[in-house]
Amino acid sequence: MDWQALALSLKLAAWTVALLLPVGIVVARALAWRRFAGRRLAEAALALPLVLPPTVLGYYLLSAFGARAPLGRAFEALAGHPLAFSFAGLLAASLVFNLPFAVQPMQRAFEAIPADVRPAAACCGMSPWRIFTRIELPLAWPGVLSALVLTFAHTLGEFGVVLMVGGNIPGETRTIAIAIYDRVQAFDASAAGLMAAVLLALSLAAIAIAYSTATRAEPYRG
Amino acid sequence: MDDGRLSVQVAQKVLIPLDAAFECGPGELLALTGPSGSGKSTLLRCVAGLERPARGRIACAGRVWLDTRRRVNASPQQRSVGLVFQQYALFPHLTALGNVTAALGHRPRETRNARARELLASVHLAGLEERRPAQLSGGQQQRVAMARALARDPQVLLLDEPFAAVDRVTRQKLHRELAELRRTLAMPIVLVTHDLDEAAMLADRMCILHRGRTLQIGPPHEVMTRPADALVARLVDLRNVFEGVVRGHDAATQRTVLDWHGVTLDAAHAPSFAPGARVAWTIPMSAIVLHRRDRPSRGEHENPVHGTVQECLALGDDTTIGLRVAGARDALLTLRVPTHVARRNGIAVGVPAGASLLAEAIHLMPWRDAVSEGAG
Repeated sequence: MDWQALALSLKLAAWTVALLLPVGIVVARALAWRRFAGRRLAEAALALPLVLPPTVLGYYLLSAFGARAPLGRAFEALAGHPLAFSFAGLLAASLVFNLPFAVQPMQRAFEAIPADVRPAAACCGMSPWRIFTRIELPLAWPGVLSALVLTFAHTLGEFGVVLMVGGNIPGETRTIAIAIYDRVQAFDASAAGLMAAVLLALSLAAIAIAYSTATRAEPYRG
Repeated sequence: MDDGRLSVQVAQKVLIPLDAAFECGPGELLALTGPSGSGKSTLLRCVAGLERPARGRIACAGRVWLDTRRRVNASPQQRSVGLVFQQYALFPHLTALGNVTAALGHRPRETRNARARELLASVHLAGLEERRPAQLSGGQQQRVAMARALARDPQVLLLDEPFAAVDRVTRQKLHRELAELRRTLAMPIVLVTHDLDEAAMLADRMCILHRGRTLQIGPPHEVMTRPADALVARLVDLRNVFEGVVRGHDAATQRTVLDWHGVTLDAAHAPSFAPGARVAWTIPMSAIVLHRRDRPSRGEHENPVHGTVQECLALGDDTTIGLRVAGARDALLTLRVPTHVARRNGIAVGVPAGASLLAEAIHLMPWRDAVSEGAG
């Protein structure tokens, strides 16, 4: 059992969730309510990671992270080490491939808020921030929570993109999914089996949490 | 200047065309009526600051909320409005008390709870403070919305079809409650409704809207008996709108003589129409008197017309009769009599009958092509 890989995966998932919570909410609200040119295109681009082979996505990310690309060069100048094959690079890739998992449930949740509820709150004299915290967020919360849980579980299990962008560096980029693959390659079936079981249990727990909170939030939706 | 009056002028050509102007005094209830799509709700949302018209000026109680020429456009939060939405738009996750408290942000924190309870009690919801909207009936939800709109101590109260989503019995009850509540309110109240009876019953004045344009503003009785033109007459559902030609005026008898396709009628004095002018004219159903079969009465000398009953529809206490008038290009005159009167006079489809049109009630309007005459 590779505890270091499990810890790294959990750390990556936690960071991804923490960063995608605000980003996802901003993007989801804009897609749910704003009418701007190119909105459909933005939605399509956002859904791309769902259908693109992980190796394709990983290839492009790796190119963007390289020293010859503007992003990779800027990061190296600032941080002193390359973005590719580092934890930061892994996190950046994780944010990209998790965007649809975070944004789509949140967007559905914000869209489900009845049309006149926000204008009604404005007519009650509530400030935009107060409307967000007191009205929008409580109403959209089940969707936001399930988005976060999905993102968390999905990050734990992602393999292709991680392998392309991060490689297999213990303690830096070797996640539990990579470790399982590694053990299988080394004919260490018992270690691979144990880690697979841990990952299965974690994913199951995450989904169970998401479903139970969604149902508990139901009653006031009349 | 600072007399609590609401004045609204808005205009735009795109999306939903608007060209409307109205005023509403403190304590006055103005009904905005018109067919669906006439821009009633849009107009109301402009007042609340939820929509921004291309051009216009909206001021209330001396404060300018919108002035597109001076680039003034206050947010809904900055305008002191209470708005009851068509589907109420209550906050589904908050209790009735929470919904009302949400609009009490301008009051000191420690007084909000008591004030919210007081408001709920004033709309007969005491005891239901802890219910969520989904646990309340339609009528109760409307009352919560009303309490929430009043919670802000608004300078204008806006009601967007507040009775449309409840059943008839509840609606009548809510009508009475609004009439009662009004007496305690000092701000202008603007009610959007497509229901003419509702407007006539509740409003001090009504404003007829058509495709975003204000066509006529006045007391309901005046608008519904003396419409400004044939279009208004059609919008307020007047049945008897016809075409005619002015023959002349008689200042001595205060009458205007009208030619209705060959039938000569005396009408209320309307000297502004030149002799020979083509006009539209209307008469309320209540001003058409059915001739009695057994013995003629003196009133029958006033504008008598004769014809054949083409329609006879008994609806409860009243019977609506469609009379195909001989001459007058077979126009269809609609009148309403008590059902027992119709029965005693043997009114039935195909039977000949006569009626008198009370001259004082014949109202002349400028001719517009929009007139579709009773003759069908």
